[in-house]
Amino acid sequence: MGEKRILLKNVGVIDPGCIDDAIRAGGYEGLKKALKMEPAMVIGELTEAGLRGRGGAGFSTGMKQKFTSESCLKCPQRYVVVNADEGEPGTFKDRVIMEQDPHLYLEGTIIAAYAIQATKGFIYIRGEYHESIRKTEKAIKDARKKGFLGKNIMGSGFDFDVGIKLGAGSYLCGEELTMLESLEGKRGHPRIKPPFPAEKGVFGMPTLVNNVETLANLPRIIAHGKDWYRKLGTERSPGTKIFTISGQVAKPGYYELPMGVTLQELIDLAGGMRDGKAFKAALLGGAAGTFVDATMLSERMTYDNLREKGATLGSGAVIVMAEGDAVLDILHNCLRFFKHESCGKCVPCRVGTTQLVKKADQLRNGQPGKAALLKQMVREAEIMASTSLCPLGQSPVLPLESFARYFKEVK
Amino acid sequence: MSIEEIIKQFEPVQHNLLNILHALQDRHPQNCLTEQALDETARYLKLTKSSVYGVAKYYTMFSLEPRGRYIIRLCVSPVCELLKANQIMAVLEKNLGIRAGETTSDGLFTLELSECLGQCQEAPSMMVNNEVYNGLGEEEVQRVLVRMRRRKKK
Repeated sequence: MGEKRILLKNVGVIDPGCIDDAIRAGGYEGLKKALKMEPAMVIGELTEAGLRGRGGAGFSTGMKQKFTSESCLKCPQRYVVVNADEGEPGTFKDRVIMEQDPHLYLEGTIIAAYAIQATKGFIYIRGEYHESIRKTEKAIKDARKKGFLGKNIMGSGFDFDVGIKLGAGSYLCGEELTMLESLEGKRGHPRIKPPFPAEKGVFGMPTLVNNVETLANLPRIIAHGKDWYRKLGTERSPGTKIFTISGQVAKPGYYELPMGVTLQELIDLAGGMRDGKAFKAALLGGAAGTFVDATMLSERMTYDNLREKGATLGSGAVIVMAEGDAVLDILHNCLRFFKHESCGKCVPCRVGTTQLVKKADQLRNGQPGKAALLKQMVREAEIMASTSLCPLGQSPVLPLESFARYFKEVK
Repeated sequence: MSIEEIIKQFEPVQHNLLNILHALQDRHPQNCLTEQALDETARYLKLTKSSVYGVAKYYTMFSLEPRGRYIIRLCVSPVCELLKANQIMAVLEKNLGIRAGETTSDGLFTLELSECLGQCQEAPSMMVNNEVYNGLGEEEVQRVLVRMRRRKKK
């Protein structure tokens, strides 16, 4: 299976700093078309296209818009927040969009705002993504000059403008409710859910939070229609997905493929294994993801299929390990990461992430009784998952349980 | 630019706090947030000092301690670990004569560890202030450090 670039079709073709280049390549055509439709029609089109959120959860984008637009009709303001706080280890798909074609996701943001009739929005970008910040700032400035942002956009009577908010090195702020806290100028502590952002988001107002890649799909779907979109991918996961494959492959990088590609096909596309080594394992979806072994190479990488097999698609990160790599070291790295990023609000997560690292140290030190220790770690991670507020405390069980399932290194 | 001039570029609303702290830190020669900067920010946004301090302390990218002119952030993600980031760490520590979290005595470099920098297509990676360096080997690291030292002399 070859690459199918619909989101990344302008990468390397246009100058990302030049809005006229973007316009010549079809930029803002989707917005033009959307502004002539009723907002509810835009939502309907996206819902029927079957687009699912690319941040990891895979929830219907159209449904999310519908809830947000209907949750509080008396509220004086609705917001769109772009989640550009890409921090999941092994993931860099949003960075590619922001650096190479920033107008694409900006156009998608404006379409989303129109769909839910929001007049204000924020783009929350992680502080380390300097180039993405710079490119987005320029794109916003140029879009304002062309009348794609601001008052009465393209004579439609619709007003919308957007500002950039910077993250400052907290992975947790990629979680939508924590992001809203941070965006408001507070410490990145998660909020209790429900209420969801669709009901009570930023400043207590209904808020649509979408990932960069999700929003990049909107201009294409509106411009070409839902039927065109549904021809790509699978019935339940239409469209394409940008996979970022890294580690022990010959050509690590980003690859946009129709949903439903297998892990083996993805590795082949990335030039096969590095130096012809044998495949040992892959970590799918980053640290908050799952390990798989060679038995999963022929599985189709869709949200639902992977979930049925006990794995995750998540952000689309695929970290490949080869014969000779210690999968245990990578598990240790993930657990250390969670310890570092735990905000400390929920005790099970604050204490649990530290305990898991201590135990992972013991696993590496090769003391006897390791199999029992690993089993205990999985059990503790399960307790953390059921007693922590946010996805951080809920995540360590994913790499841990899948590691225990597939790998005998510690038995 | 004075602290006041930097702060006043922003509207006095709490949701500008992180952007303000970034601007203050980036313009400080030692890449840090001073007590005076935090106090003035709190007054400008009508927030308590403790809440501004709490935010500054929470986020990894902010520092209340003076740091070097160049902040080296070495990525320690699983991908960089697989591709031997620990060897790059050893080269940096040896060349600079410091450990992670420390600053060189000439005040030029601070060495920090970072979670995934999102540059996994060409690991291992590091950032020096806002610049990204990928596909690092020993020679590349040495070259970058030499370049930075030369820049200082100019």
